[in-house]
Amino acid sequence: MKDYIPYHQLPEGSIPEPVSIYGPGIRIWHWVNALLVVVLCVTGYFIGVPPPSAMGDTSTLYIMGWIRFLHLAAGYLFALLALARVWLTFVEKGISHQLFLPAVWRAEWFDGFKRQLLWNLLINDKPIRYVGLNPLGGIAMLFLYILPGLLIILTGFAMYAEVTGHDSWQYLLFGWITAIFGNTMDLHVIHRLAMWAMVGFAFVHIYIAVREDVLSRQTMISSMLSGERQYRR
Amino acid sequence: MKEKPTFYDVLMQRGVSRRDFLGFCALTATHLGLDASGAASVAHALETKPRIPVLWLHGLECTCCSESFLRSGHPLASDIVMSMISLDYDDTIMAAAGDQAEEILQDIIRDYRGAYLLAVEGNVPLANDGMSCIVGGRPFRKKFEETARHAKAIISWGTCATSGCVQAAKPNPTRATPIHRLVDRVPVINVPGCPPIAEVMTGVISYILMYDRLPELDKQLRPKLFYSQRVHDKCYRRAHFDAGQFVERWDDEGARQGWCLYKMGCRGPTTYNACATIGWNENTSWPVRSGHGCIGCSEDGFWDRGPFYERLPDMQQWGIEANADKVAAVGAAALGGAVAAQLGGSLLKRMVKGKRGDETPSADDDKKGTQS
Repeated sequence: MKDYIPYHQLPEGSIPEPVSIYGPGIRIWHWVNALLVVVLCVTGYFIGVPPPSAMGDTSTLYIMGWIRFLHLAAGYLFALLALARVWLTFVEKGISHQLFLPAVWRAEWFDGFKRQLLWNLLINDKPIRYVGLNPLGGIAMLFLYILPGLLIILTGFAMYAEVTGHDSWQYLLFGWITAIFGNTMDLHVIHRLAMWAMVGFAFVHIYIAVREDVLSRQTMISSMLSGERQYRR
Repeated sequence: MKEKPTFYDVLMQRGVSRRDFLGFCALTATHLGLDASGAASVAHALETKPRIPVLWLHGLECTCCSESFLRSGHPLASDIVMSMISLDYDDTIMAAAGDQAEEILQDIIRDYRGAYLLAVEGNVPLANDGMSCIVGGRPFRKKFEETARHAKAIISWGTCATSGCVQAAKPNPTRATPIHRLVDRVPVINVPGCPPIAEVMTGVISYILMYDRLPELDKQLRPKLFYSQRVHDKCYRRAHFDAGQFVERWDDEGARQGWCLYKMGCRGPTTYNACATIGWNENTSWPVRSGHGCIGCSEDGFWDRGPFYERLPDMQQWGIEANADKVAAVGAAALGGAVAAQLGGSLLKRMVKGKRGDETPSADDDKKGTQS
């Protein structure tokens, strides 16, 4: 994979050549991660607000047990995938670093940000085409996905450390977070709020991806499947 | 100065029999989780070490910690520890009163400088120079500072002393401040709970008196011995949680069956305490066993994280009227300021102009006058 300038505004007038922007690693990461987020949000919701009481013999039931198992196992994978995503940034190059580092200090980036804002407010009628994420999309990814995701991982492991106890590696690595808050109730609340930010992100993400795919003269959803971005007039 | 008496000397003076003494040693050793030879080493320590005096101060509090301590499940332990403490200073249970009592305080600070133990029940209100808590005719803050400065260590009894408790609830009008934030050189051990469990209190104090050191503490300065596990993890109703069987209403079948109180706002999953293991009142019961969820009374800020009967706490919401008033106040101040500045400015301008207007013609007049 080559290195591209992801926020580079492609020239008007011609149809740019298709570019390969997502390597197989990023694509697999994206779809597996999407599945994990769904599992985590559903199980996480039920841990905070459990389903109606199960009737029957206690010894044969294990509903919350399974919900928590799914949540914890998916949480581990989510955290591992986050690490893998950072690693992929160095391995697959392309535009993959854009998720973590929008080039806010570049004039062209900032110009694109303003144009995209006007496009999304239905003021401009022609969107700019990009190799990678548009600048507004990059900012949204950072504040609605990356940062809440980091918060979720940190608070999640801190709560896990509560279960495993003072002698565990989880406590060694994340116990300091419980000490910041004093009352660990706050950890649960922050974890849950970050989940809602993530749910909000998912809705915005899917809506925008479909909309841009149709209207912005470049492929979106199929790019995440094939790895290639194609352009049209 | 004559040799300081040992614990054993004092206990014998108080009329404790050798049998009771050894019984107490064995009990304490069991409490602290020592092995079979523990009782002997405890006895040896008490017979040879000089007695450590304990000052027990009462700040902004409700005395529920003392009440809990008096109801220790092992009367022997509380009797003995209590009689050791009451020898020195404890406002509520000592025989002395008035000037006599305050004199004891001064004597201990003088004779045992850096060697006495300070137990504080309640916290120190800092607002208005500490006028919200007056003991012996002066702010408790003064008394605390004097005694804390020369203490060997400080035990903070109860959630009041460890994190403020209800008197520190938002907006904390008296600025009730936990003990560990007020001292920096003296080691502090936090024993939270509202009140703490009696056996935990006697256990902590016996440990310190006997070993002459603090037990191992966690990041919040709580003894790991009693505060390293969550109520939820030791709860006897935990199986119902894992099964997904919850009490949904106070009068439903689940409540009768003794199912998990998670949905009724039980704070067990975020509360570190030994209630589920030690229990209360000689292990007669404890909140969850009596069918009521844990309210998390040993946790920092539990009083501001209500409602107690809902799993998820209320968010601190935007105060509509209060904040609207603030906006109005700021707006009015800005507007008033602008008007005042404009008025003042134009007045000043007029005055300066007026003066100049007065001066120039008069100077002209003078000139004219001199000229003419």
